[in-house]
This record gives sequence, C-alpha cells and structure tokens, in this order.
Amino acid sequence: MTSTETNVTSDENQPPVDPNAVTISINGRQVAARKGELIIAAADRSGDYIPRFCYHPRMSPVGMCRQCLVEVEGPRGPMMVVSCMTPVADGQIVRTDTPQVKRAHEGILELLLANHPLDCPVCDKGGECPLQDQAFSHGPGESRFVEEKRHYEKPIPISDIVLLDRERCILCDRCTRFADEVAGDALIHFTSRGNNTQVLTFPDEPFSSYFSGNTVQICPVGALTAKPYRFKARPWDLEKVESTCTTCSVGCRITVESSRDQLLRYQGVDSDPVNWSWLCDKGRFNFEAVASDARLEQPLIKRDGQFVEADWSTALRAAAALVSSALRDGGAGSVAILGGARGTNEDAYAWSRLARALGTSNVDAQLGDGLPSTVFAYPQATIDEAANASTVILLGPDLKEELPVLHLRLRDASEKRRSKIVEFGAKESGLTRYAWKHTGHEPGQQVAAVRSTLTETSVVSQLGKGSVVVVVGRGNLAESPEFTMSALAAVMELVPNAKVLPVLRRGNVRGALSAGMGSGSAAEILERAAAGKINCLVLVGADPLADFPDADLARRALTAVPNIVSLDTFMTTSSSQAQIVLPAAAFGEKDGTTTNLEGRVSQLSRKVTTRGTSRPDWMVAVELADLLDIDLGVGSVHDVFDQMVTTQSAFRPIDRSAIKASPDGVLLAHVGSAPIASPVPEVPERAGFSYRLVVSRKLYDAGQNVANSPSLASLAPGSAIYLHPLDLDRLGAPAGSNVKAIGARTSVVMRVEADASVHRGTAWVPWNQPGGKVGELIDASALVNDVRLENI
Amino acid sequence: MTSYAHAPGFIAGDRPQIVTSRFQYDDSFTLERYLATGGYQGLKKALGRTPTDVHDEVKNATVLGRGGAGFPAGTKWGLTPQGKWPRYLVVNGDESEPGTYKDRLLMERDPHQLIEGCLIACYAAGLSQCFLYIRGEMAVAQERVATALNEAYAAGYVGKNIMGSRFSVDIVLHWGAGAYVVGEETALIESLEGNRGMPRLKPPYFPAAIGLYGQPTIVNNVETLANLPWLLVNGAEKYTAIGTKTSPGTRMVAVSGHVKRPGVYEIINGTTTFRDLLYGDEFCQGIRNDNQLKAFVPGGGSAPWFTPEQLDLPFEASQVGPAGSMLGSGAVMVMDHTTDIPRAALTLTRFYAHESCGKCTPCREGGTWLERILSRIVDGKGTDADLDQLLEVGESICPGVFPHASSSELGLSAVPFPYRMNTICFVGPSAYAPVHSALTLFRSEFEARVTKRTRIPVSGSVS
Ligand SMILES: Cc1cc2nc3c(=O)[nH]c(=O)nc-3n(C[C@H](O)[C@H](O)[C@H](O)COP(=O)(O)O)c2cc1C
Ligand code: SF4
Ligand code: SF4
Ligand code: SF4
Ligand code: FES
Repeated sequence: MTSTETNVTSDENQPPVDPNAVTISINGRQVAARKGELIIAAADRSGDYIPRFCYHPRMSPVGMCRQCLVEVEGPRGPMMVVSCMTPVADGQIVRTDTPQVKRAHEGILELLLANHPLDCPVCDKGGECPLQDQAFSHGPGESRFVEEKRHYEKPIPISDIVLLDRERCILCDRCTRFADEVAGDALIHFTSRGNNTQVLTFPDEPFSSYFSGNTVQICPVGALTAKPYRFKARPWDLEKVESTCTTCSVGCRITVESSRDQLLRYQGVDSDPVNWSWLCDKGRFNFEAVASDARLEQPLIKRDGQFVEADWSTALRAAAALVSSALRDGGAGSVAILGGARGTNEDAYAWSRLARALGTSNVDAQLGDGLPSTVFAYPQATIDEAANASTVILLGPDLKEELPVLHLRLRDASEKRRSKIVEFGAKESGLTRYAWKHTGHEPGQQVAAVRSTLTETSVVSQLGKGSVVVVVGRGNLAESPEFTMSALAAVMELVPNAKVLPVLRRGNVRGALSAGMGSGSAAEILERAAAGKINCLVLVGADPLADFPDADLARRALTAVPNIVSLDTFMTTSSSQAQIVLPAAAFGEKDGTTTNLEGRVSQLSRKVTTRGTSRPDWMVAVELADLLDIDLGVGSVHDVFDQMVTTQSAFRPIDRSAIKASPDGVLLAHVGSAPIASPVPEVPERAGFSYRLVVSRKLYDAGQNVANSPSLASLAPGSAIYLHPLDLDRLGAPAGSNVKAIGARTSVVMRVEADASVHRGTAWVPWNQPGGKVGELIDASALVNDVRLENI
Repeated sequence: MTSYAHAPGFIAGDRPQIVTSRFQYDDSFTLERYLATGGYQGLKKALGRTPTDVHDEVKNATVLGRGGAGFPAGTKWGLTPQGKWPRYLVVNGDESEPGTYKDRLLMERDPHQLIEGCLIACYAAGLSQCFLYIRGEMAVAQERVATALNEAYAAGYVGKNIMGSRFSVDIVLHWGAGAYVVGEETALIESLEGNRGMPRLKPPYFPAAIGLYGQPTIVNNVETLANLPWLLVNGAEKYTAIGTKTSPGTRMVAVSGHVKRPGVYEIINGTTTFRDLLYGDEFCQGIRNDNQLKAFVPGGGSAPWFTPEQLDLPFEASQVGPAGSMLGSGAVMVMDHTTDIPRAALTLTRFYAHESCGKCTPCREGGTWLERILSRIVDGKGTDADLDQLLEVGESICPGVFPHASSSELGLSAVPFPYRMNTICFVGPSAYAPVHSALTLFRSEFEARVTKRTRIPVSGSVS
C-alpha cells in the first residue's frame, strides 16, 4: 500500500494539480487526502490512530463495532460519526481527541468487554490482540459490569481446521464478511438476535473454505483459532521474518514465524501487487510438513536393495561417481536432471550451471504437466494488470484449485465490476460463476471455441472496451499442451494487443525456467530414459512417478535408468527407486529468492535450522560440481544470485539491493518475441460411447506437502471419475459405485460420481489423489485420451 | 362480527374519516362492500390523469408518512433517480412498535383501500412492482389482504392493464418472520431480499436511490398509502382543509394503558391535543377509575415520555419535538398514578434489548446491560450506584443531551429524536429512551427501590 507524506504545509507556489486531492484537518493539523478516502485511512497516515475492530482496509466498511467514532464539524456543531464509514471532504474538520470522543471510545470498549470472557492468560491472541491492546490504549481501565457474562460452549469446530469460541467473539463481521465478500464462500453468518447474536455455520455445513485461515488472522480477538497453531506458542515468543510462499506460483508474501526453532505459523502480508494479505489454507498451514517426522535427515545409499544411512561426503562421492561413469559410458547426453521448480532461483540456477558444465541439455523443471516456455515470449501481464483488465480471457486451469489467491484477485475484479471474464474450459471452474461468458469445450477443441466465441458481436465489442489479459495454463493433463498453445495463438491473432499471464503452477517454475532449467522436455527425457539412453538421472525435488501425467512412461523410464540420484525433503515413490537419496533443506530453512508466475522476484528467508543434515539444493550442486572437478565459481547463496543476474538475461534488471528495497519484488525482464503459431493439431474423433478425459488438480492432493501436514491431509477429496449427471444416467451406474475405466493401454477401477460442472461427453478425474491411478489412462504422446466406462 | 376478541375495537366519533370510513361495516373487507362504498374510484380518477398530475396532487396535500419519521410521501416519491428501471414500492406492514396496532386494523378491516393506495402510488411515482410486507404474527391481516388481493386480481384492479388502461402493476405479498427491527425500512428490504433483517448503513439515507435489489425503492407505511384513495376522490384542497398546514388530514392513533376506552381513533392532525384524546368523550373518556395521570408515551415505545404538563400539546411534530419527544408511530401509552415506573421502563427496555439485531455494539451490549440493571432494581437488588450506571450506559448509546419532557428548558429547540446516537439505527436509542425518561422524571421512585452503597473507588488498577 502506498504511504505518502501526509503533513502538507501550505505552499502557495504549488498549484493544485490533482482534482481528487482534498485537505482535511485532523486535530488541528492539515492532512492531504484523496476524494473517496475514509477518515480512518487518512488518520492512519497522519499518525492519529483511531481505535477500530470491524474496519479492514481490504474489505468494504460496515460500521458495526462503533469503536472508531470521531467528531466532525457539521452545521449543527460537532457530530459524532464512525470514521470507517465517513469519506473525507475538502475542508472537513475532524477531531479524534476531544473529551467526547474519548468518552465514546471508552464507552464502546467497556461495552465490548462487558461480555468478553477475558481469557487472556490462555488465549492464543493474548499479546497480539487488538481488543487487549485497544482496551489498554483507549479503554476505561475498569469494568462496572457486575452481571454474569454470556456463556456458550467453547470452542466449537466450524471446519476441519478452524475452531470458534463464541464467548470471545465481538461480532465485528470480519470473518463473515471475508467469507462472503472476499472468498465467496458465505458459509458462516450471524444467527440469533440481540445479546445472543453469534457467528455460526449453517447446520451440518462446515466452513470448508480454501481460505478459512484468513479469518483466523483477521479476527481481532481469539475467537477463531486454527488447529495447526492453537496453544503452540505465546505471540511474544514468536520470532518472524518476511518471506514468500512457494507452495504455488502466486508467491504470496508471508511472515514465517517460529518459536524454539520450530515453524509455528505463516501469516499473510499485505503485498499490494500480489496477495493483498490473503493466503490460501494450503500455503498457510503446510508448514506442518516441514516439521514432519517423515522428513529425510541423512543421505541414503542403496546397498543390496536397502537404503543405508551415509555421511554427506560418502554420499556425494558416490553420486559424483555415478555421474562420471554415465559421462564416460554414454557421454553428456546420458545424464539428465529433472526438477528445480520447488526450490529457490539460486537452487535452480546452480543446477542448470552444473548441467551446462556437464554438457547436457536433458534438463527440465516441468514434468510434462505445464506448458512450453514459449508462453513467456508473448507480451507479459502482471496480476494487477489482469485484475484491472476490462476483459480477462481464461484459457486453462481452475485457478481456485491451483493458484488460489490469484483466483481471489480475479474474483474481486469481476465482483467489483472492473473486469469481465471470458472463460474457456473443458470443465467449469471456481471462477465460472463469476464469468461473464463461459465456453465449454471438449478437450482439444479450444481453438475452435476461441475462434467462435471471440468473434461474437457482443464479445468483440467487449474486447474493444479496454485492456485484455489472457490467463493461460495447463487445464488438462490428459491432452497435449499444444492445444492450449494454439488457442493462445488464436487469441493473440484476434486480440493482438492482449497481454499474457502464464499460470504455471509449481512454486518457482518460472524462476527455474528463467534460470536455465528448461533446455529439454521431461517427456522426451523420459522417452530417452525408457529407451535406455539415460545412464544417470538426477531428481532435484522432482517425483516423476507421482507428477508426470503418463504413469506408464514414467515407470518404464525410471526402471530403465540404472542410476538415479534424488535430492528431496521426503522419500517419494521416485526417490525410493534411487541409488542415492540426499536430504534437502525445506522452505523456511533456506535463504534465497523466488520468482512468481508474473516473473516477480522476491526474497525467501530462512527462519529455522535445517532438518538433520539436510542442505539447500544449490549447495549440493556446488559440492557435486567440486567432486567432478567443475568450478561453478560460487561459495555462497549470494554468489549464486550475483552470477545468475549477470548471466541469465531475464534476471538482468535485478540486483540484491533492488530486492532488498522492494519487499513486493522486482519483475524479470521480458525476453524473446512472440512465437510463431504452429499448426493446430487435428483432433481425433471420439467414439460414441467413450468419454474424453479431463484431468486437473484439486487444491488438496497426495502431494508431499499436503500428505505430511496432518491438518490438511484428510482434506484431499480422494480419487473418483466424475461424469455429467445425464451421462451418469446413461451409463446406468449409481453414483458412488465402482466402474471400470478402459483406456488405450489398460483399465483401472474407479468410483464414479455425478458432477454438473463436468461437460457432457467428458470424464473428469482429479489428479494425484490418494489412491488415484488416472495416470495409467494417460498416454503423453496422444493428443487426447479417451476412456470407456463399464459397470461392474 | 362487530368486534374482534384479539383487537381492541375501533371507535368512530363525529369526526372526518379519511381512512376508517368503512370500519362501521361488518363486511368492510370484502370487494363487494368496498365497491359499494366508492371503492377503486380514486384509482379510476388517477388513471384519468397523468402520473405527474397525480403526484402533484399528493405533494400538494402534504401527506405525512405515518410509519414514524413523518416524511411527506409526495416529496419522498420525487427522490428516485430518473431513468433507472425497474423501481419498486415496498409497503411497510411490519407494524411492531410497542403500543401500535393501527396498521393492523387497516389491513384487517379495509384491505382493498390499502391495495388501491398502493396502485395509486405506483401510478404516480412510476413504480413497476409492489411488495407488501406484512408482519409475521398478523394472521388475520395476512389472510384478509391475500383474499382481497385475489379478488382485486380477478376483477382486473391489479395486474396487467388495470381497469382497461395501459397501466400494469403486480403486488407481491410477503410475510415477516417476527423481528421488530425489520420495520426499519432498510432492514425490511434486506429481509425481503432473503437476507438477515439488519438495517443497512446510512448513507444513503433513503432507499429511494438504492433500495430493493439495488433498485430505486419507495418504502411507505400502510396508513400513509391508505390515505390516497380518499385524497384522489376528494382532492388535495379538501384534504388540507382538515388539520393544520404543516400536519394536514387525519391520523390514526392507538391508545393503550390506563384509560377508560383504549382503542384506535382517527384524530385530526395538528389540532387534536393529547388532552382531547385521553379525556375527550368521543375518545378515551379519561383515566381508568378516574385515577391521576402519571405519564404517557406520545409516539410508540421508542418515544421519550410526557407528563400531564404536556397534555395540551397537539398532534403536531413541530410542537412535540421541541417539547422533548416525537409522534412516531401513532401510539399513546398511558400510565396512571398506580404505575410502577421502574417496572414500566423495564418492560419497554427489555423489548428493545431483545429485538436488537446485534449488529452494533452499543445496542447489542448496552441494551441488555440496561435491561439487567433495571431488572435488578425492580427485584429490589439494586444499589444507588446502579442509577448513575444506567445513565452512563445510556451515554455510550446516545452521547450528550438526550431529549426528555423538559428539554425545552435546556434551550434545545426542535430536538430531533435522538439528538445524537452511536448506533446504526434507532433501536439502540429506543432501549434507552424509557430508562432515561423514567429516571429523569421519576428518580425518587428508583431511589426508593435501591439500597445505598458506597462504591469502593478503583484507582490505577483493573479490579
Ligand atoms: C427500529 C424501527 C422500526 C420501525 N418500524 C416500523 C414499522 O413497524 N412500520 C412502519 O411503517 N415503519 C416503521 N419504521 C419506519 C420506517 O423505517 C420507514 O420510515 C417508514 O416505513 C416509511 O414510511 P412512511 O414514510 O410512509 O412513514 C421503523 C423505523 C425504525 C427505525
Ligand atoms: S469470530 Fe472474530 S472475526 Fe468473526 S465476528 Fe467474531 S470477533 Fe469478528
Ligand atoms: S495462493 Fe499459492 S502462494 Fe499464495 S498462499 Fe496459497 S499456495 Fe501460497
Ligand atoms: S441499533 Fe440495534 S437494531 Fe439497530 S443496527 Fe444497531 S444493533 Fe441492530
Ligand atoms: S471500525 Fe468503524 S465501526 Fe468498527
């Protein structure tokens, strides 16, 4: 948020230039403000703090708590008004310090405290509680309330993660407003009346929102608590640093908070261009995984099919030996490196440097689940540009499931009527209900869908109204990414001025690709491996057996590669196939920078000591290089950064001081010119009785971060195949029953469910769910994948 | 069927009757009777004129709103922005202010008059649809209005091309669910939209610009609209010939409490005095058992109380306001000398504390706190410190001078109710009004009820 100088001294020579500029007087001092601004916001800038509870700068004001009363001079003398609802006006005279205002502040605080249980000694909020703090700074200092206080059962769970203590609640409407206005999940509401008014869920309908943790953060008392942090620490024991969430590529700014070297909490930081202080629950609560008992602590070497612990020098020497022998036997082309998208820019850069030094271009940060990096060659848009565009064209994934806070930003754009959303999708998404237009299409048909929708008269006139941003990502893992790229090319041909916001999902995928980790393609590398042409495969935080869409190819590849070295925080299915497993430092345990989906480079900070003997990825690359007699010329994470920004053209505008100076991050340079569209692949006919497969992600899945966070693990919906209700009728299988899904290569048994957001003729399966086997039905070399379903 | 066990009867006298002329008939609520007594003639006249013309007629008559605020209907209709469609009429039939039961009689006994009034308003103000919101507990009124509406639809008075004209309006009925605060117009709109009935924030002060479903909306009280058929038949000149210039016409007043003949009366606006009403032969005929009058509430439970000193004030807002109260909803509650004042205050305050929507702190917490202190006092468990505490809590609801029967002595001319408030709507101040009046006017009765106690001073530390 902007914070400009506020105390304007009257300067006669300065003619007023801004028609929206107004001057008001707060406690006798002149304060510059802007038309439409609220008194409370202007007073914040002038340093005249007005106590408040319900006001939140990122939500519409409701004027409910009445704590922020101030006096404004009016025609009938000073009027008491709520400063969170009253806009500034030129010449307005505001007083926050009169005896009347002081009396009002004390009065409201006394009333709020009347029924408040004063659980402070055992309350999670105690020490950082706005009620406690403002009772101290603006309260009456004594209570005259002698009646018995309000009692409720305390606390009650309102979701799997959040608990509500209604005795502590001061009914400020922040949580309920957030749920309705920001998240669009109006699942909590006021019930009952008068003194019994309370926040509650609807009967048997929990507050299961992907964004529920935000309510805990913005609750001005300890009424809402979240399981992962409850009773873990007192606020004054917490140490915190600012960092960036890398759970997905939105890159929300957070504080990483710990006590006694244990991560205990992430809180959202209000970054104006990115997350507006909001986080999704997956990003907020997956710190649990960092402390998981399942974390790798020691290097492991496989002997006779069993892993045995080794020290680092032994393990690294063994790894170096595997790489050298691969180089000797098969040349540089027989070494491959997959991964890097989960770490820092420095991690990815160090590994890409090593790859180049080895001479291999078998390197990819994506696992066949993204888009070709030519997507970055189009003119790029920022999140802000997308959320302020008059038209947003969505080509790709369900943002609510993959990039939740970007979903919030675009939902806001639509709800506040800044933007109209035109969505193309093989399945309805979380944004469909906010879209101005949704064009459903079968997998592979998006080019035709784009061409017909974007030439409709009403759409053409809408596109002419202002800026257009295309949000593009991989919406379907069971179809070739070429369709999306062709659809993007078609949009750019029809709307040449549009900008593109690529939404690849994995935390630092854009940073890794920009740092050089994209010279090959995972699909080709795995094909080569399956053909016996790769002798040594290094997995840098990559798990192809879980993440590569074509399960058969990944399996054949990993079986055929004789030597695998895996660097990871957990023992994954892929690392269990490795000869050498190296424990990697996790988020919160290392410093560096990360790049979000817009290409925004921001700081990542270490808060706790690394687990066991684990090391950051970049360091492992450097040490391995050493053992291979390669000098990468770096000794510290800063060295890596400095080298990266001088050698990688995209990083060129960035230096350490720029990153330090701008907590919101610095944007990468745009490199390359718009790619030439390749011909649209011909979509094969679908047989009458088969369904075209749509495979996409849910927020909660079987990924390591979720699976190892106890509070999140149970939230994954599980694997099933979803059909449109009419298609399910046609199939004749009852919802919830098992059916046989027959793909081109094999068949798997799956539970079948009805879902009206699935288009007819398609079958949707969520990716990487516990127990899921949909990868068996995907042939990565096919343009689209079809399944037949049989009752069993 | 001349009287209703559940409702005090209406008492007609030898006075002009604008809205109660049909109450004398047993079948006053039927279409047949309505048509036989000049029904739908006002609408017919209206349809023969231009909407602007009809609107001007209503403006010229200065029909004051009867819901509480007394805002002229014709002026309110003019507040809607031009060119924004659709626009709605919402009829406030949620009457639940303590002591008020006049709208109920209008709906039970002359539902067609209300329907005709709605149609005239829609025609004049260019409103395309009407929503009639009737309080949830009023079963008979709901049934009568519903039956009347069906009759009116069948006879072509409501719906498409009314009476063969090009004017079409639908009327939708909606029953409330039993919350007092929903009488507040913006809460009523919320409720109508299917939301929790909580007042909206002001500004905007009127829903005229942004109302139901975000569209321009006129909210009018039942009685306000019931005036229109007579007005259209007889004209503004005849209407303003009754009453005074600032308060023309008649108004219905519901009297309850310690009078000989409680009931609803149609009195003359601006000239009838409270003494006429309480002691007049054609009205209440005096205090029960010829007891002494102790106090009366002049305008519904929210209004600050008056004492016999104010008996000669007429039903005229510009005089009742400066005297420290308001005419409000047209309900007068009478207390004779046997009244237990603290208990009377408790009864009213308990109502408002219970009906608080819970949205704002002073009303939600303060109302209940007042109630609990009062009930302690009434139970004989209060102390003298409690009396100041009541005023202190009140100060947090309504800071500064609160209007009361002698506030004119304080030099506050034309004190609007209330002078200042920390709440979003008037329910909070209403919870305090009875406490403040009772304590200001009859402090000795409270003092006699409480034990003296010295407060232990607390200094510096939080006990
Ligand atoms: C707490 C509260 C309760 C109210 N209850 C009613 C009511 O029951 N009936 C009513 O007509 N107006 C009621 N009003 C007044 C309405 O808000 C509104 O002013 C009125 O319906 C407008 O109609 P009128 O202009 O025809 O009087 C109430 C106001 C408040 C603040
Ligand atoms: S639970 Fe917290 S955020 Fe929600 S209304 Fe109560 S105090 Fe406000
Ligand atoms: S949206 Fe992405 S970056 Fe933001 S908190 Fe969630 S996972 Fe982290
Ligand atoms: S004053 Fe009372 S009824 Fe009115 S909005 Fe506030 S809490 Fe609700
Ligand atoms: S902060 Fe202004 S009313 Fe709550």
